[in-house]
Amino acid sequence: MKRALFGNRLLPWLLLAPQLAVTAIFFLWPAAQAIRQSFLREDAFGLSTSFVGLANYAALWGSAEYLNAVRVTAIFAVATTLLSLGVALVLALAVDRLVRAGKVYTTLLVWPYAVAPAVAGILWWFIFNPTVGLLPYVLDRVGYDWNHLMRPRDAMILVVLASAWSRISYCFLFFVAGLQSIPQSLHEAAAIDGAGPVKRFFTITLPLLSPTTFFLLVVNIVYAMFETFGVIDATTEGGPAQSTNIMVYKVWFDGFIGQNLGSSAAQSVILMLIVIALTVIQFRWIEKRVAY
Amino acid sequence: MVEDRPLLNLLAHLVLIVGVAVVAMPLWIAFVASTHGPNDFMSGVVPILPGPHLVENYSRMFSTGVSTSGMPPVGRMLLNSAIMALSISIGKIAISILSAFAIVYFRFPLRMLAFWVIFATLMLPVEVRIVPTYKVVADLGLLNTYAGLSIPLIASATATFLFRQLFLTMPDELTEAARIDGAGPMKFFRDILLPLSRTNIAALFVIMFIYGWNQYLWPLLVTTSSDKYTIVAGIKRMADVADAQPQWHLVMATAILAVLPPLLVVVLMQRLFVKGLVETEK
Amino acid sequence: MARITLNGVGKVYPGGTRAVGGVDLDVADGEFVVLVGPSGCGKSTLLRMIAGLETITEGTVSIGDRVVNDIEPAGRDIAMVFQNYALYPHMSVRQNLAYGLKNRRTPAAEIARRVDEAARMLELAPYLDRKPRQLSGGQRQRVAMGRAIVREPAAFLFDEPLSNLDAKLRGVMRWEIKTLQRRLATTAIYVTHDQVEAMTLGDRLVVLNGGRVEQIGTPLEVYRRPASVFVAGFIGSTPMNLVRSDVLPGLARPGTTVGIRPEDLVPSPDGALSMQVSGIEELGVSRLVHGVIGGERVSVVVPPDFQPSEPLRLSVRPGAMHLFDAATGLRREGS
Repeated sequence: MKRALFGNRLLPWLLLAPQLAVTAIFFLWPAAQAIRQSFLREDAFGLSTSFVGLANYAALWGSAEYLNAVRVTAIFAVATTLLSLGVALVLALAVDRLVRAGKVYTTLLVWPYAVAPAVAGILWWFIFNPTVGLLPYVLDRVGYDWNHLMRPRDAMILVVLASAWSRISYCFLFFVAGLQSIPQSLHEAAAIDGAGPVKRFFTITLPLLSPTTFFLLVVNIVYAMFETFGVIDATTEGGPAQSTNIMVYKVWFDGFIGQNLGSSAAQSVILMLIVIALTVIQFRWIEKRVAY
Repeated sequence: MVEDRPLLNLLAHLVLIVGVAVVAMPLWIAFVASTHGPNDFMSGVVPILPGPHLVENYSRMFSTGVSTSGMPPVGRMLLNSAIMALSISIGKIAISILSAFAIVYFRFPLRMLAFWVIFATLMLPVEVRIVPTYKVVADLGLLNTYAGLSIPLIASATATFLFRQLFLTMPDELTEAARIDGAGPMKFFRDILLPLSRTNIAALFVIMFIYGWNQYLWPLLVTTSSDKYTIVAGIKRMADVADAQPQWHLVMATAILAVLPPLLVVVLMQRLFVKGLVETEK
Repeated sequence: MARITLNGVGKVYPGGTRAVGGVDLDVADGEFVVLVGPSGCGKSTLLRMIAGLETITEGTVSIGDRVVNDIEPAGRDIAMVFQNYALYPHMSVRQNLAYGLKNRRTPAAEIARRVDEAARMLELAPYLDRKPRQLSGGQRQRVAMGRAIVREPAAFLFDEPLSNLDAKLRGVMRWEIKTLQRRLATTAIYVTHDQVEAMTLGDRLVVLNGGRVEQIGTPLEVYRRPASVFVAGFIGSTPMNLVRSDVLPGLARPGTTVGIRPEDLVPSPDGALSMQVSGIEELGVSRLVHGVIGGERVSVVVPPDFQPSEPLRLSVRPGAMHLFDAATGLRREGS
């Protein structure tokens, strides 16, 4: 709380005006429209709309395609999150151990952050390309016939790899920051108490890193659910056979390609609720961290 | 490190070398591919070392682009991306720092409401309100304009919170000294607050520039004329040729060019980048 | 230069908490007045009301002939030195000094002249192009002073300006502030919780407690004739002994608290008072003997080599007893 304030009444509103205007026009109004639209249905020619209550939601509940998207999203989000967190943690622990050389490695590890998810998708799409890619060529040698164009599991592995890859540096940097904030004296005290490196990791490092880990868990789920549109669109486009059709991709597809506005809006509203829930969890956690 | 364990250190080096290799591999392969000719991929053996066509491929991208897929030369797309990224990052910083200033340094009716309205943007990523937002931009006649590309993305709760946090740590006495020295609110903002926020602005700029540059879905929607294509959204259109293998060497050259500007920003401004990243999430 | 007048000044916060009440004070032109009291006594709030940094909810503040209640800080023609100095970290010393003058559209030549003069006066000339973080604590303090001086204001307001310095530097800076103020003959109001600072600096002291004025007077008046038990206990390097009157033989006056300074109790073999000694504090220049007389804790200042007997017999220096009403805490006249 500030003690030193300015007394002007009009000025703060002028200062806030640009932010509030952008927020109202491009955030709140569209969100309200999405909610309104989710209760409406247009006829096939877009000539008339009628209020249908929760029918759009009910239709989603009964749609095998939508339930599949929910399932695919869950698998995709969990796999992406765990993979990027796991790899990042191992790398962060190694960097934390090597004080001086660690800096060099850090520089070499941060830059996937600069690669747009869509570009990351293209890169991995190329690497895994069944005719010209490097990895199918290698996999063929060990007897695996890679084909993400045909086989759902391969497609899922591909999008998970691409998404996790572009997220590694983010998690890595937060883990490094988290590790550095653990006081060295704690490690020394534990060492004097007879705990070796492995024991120290499980009894000191991991528990004290848990706020960071939890934070990254939430943030990465948000990332995997909402920011990976580019990865999917640049690679599988949801296929084959809907096997990588995550919810965000389906909203876009149903809204723009399928022109099914009511259903797309209902899906948007459901996604909004998910983001709100995740944001609340994240901010709860921040409050807890203050008390930690 | 508490005790000296050479074996563990060796393991750490090993893990990191493998890690760096995995992290670098996709970009390396892309770079290698961008230096080969179109037929080098059909031979069945994928090259893993750079070929001789680097200058040829890149200069072709800059001069004509891939005309078969209706793409403009890559220079145009880079320019569009730069304009979008700069508008988004500068716009976000400008409107956020002003809002934070208003919220921290003034008391006025409905202040908390304004705060929560800004907070709400956090819960409404573009992906979940995509159709109606597109409609608003279309109704405003902003399709295929730089304004349409950037303005809908410049509201920012995270940046506002970052500046709010920063301003809350500024000593009250500084404001009071400025008031006694005859500085009104805007003079205080310009002479004291802005210079003292320099590093935070720079750190935020790095993050927001990358965010803006890497936008995909939004530019894909609002740009339909090729002279407004951004490079990140353009690559996909280039790789998306029906019934044929894309010209991978050119696609990869474009990918490298798309990655290069944010990559340089991250590597050259690593300290600011890390600061910005860790702080915006607080 | 100006006199400053406070008429029934008070401050009630919106929540209803009272910080300051009914302060009347007349500071003469060129006078150095110190507001002193424990933390939370309202002294800083009072100073900030004079500066215009806090709104005045009761009474009026005048600087010169103007009532300034509704005038912005910048319009009150005052300069302030803050406890943490509040130097602008991104500006050089020169820019820090010049900022207030620039905002007042002072001509550049005049700014340069005043900055150079202040720098010379405060021996800051070699540091004019440095940033505050490149300066020592004492130098920062001087810059803060300089920022006040260049403005040539009607009054200086000091808010605990020395409390961030170490003890030795504090003594030096105290002396500098005093001589500077004398030389410039500018009215000054100075807030501190340190009674030594208050005694040494002030032409007059205003002792505050719980938002109210306990006493206004010269340092010696306040020391010699404390107006209340609170002032008696607060002023003086070792606190005054305060005991029930019946502890002292022949002075049984019900409802009276008696105050005797530790240096006014003299060991003498035939003294009327008998103290159970509980411990000795070594101060170097003297010793402080702690003990109990008639169930009341008492301290006595004795020469450094003095070895107290057990019990220690004491007599009171003539005329050194202060009598206070036990109920109101106020001084009883005739003591």
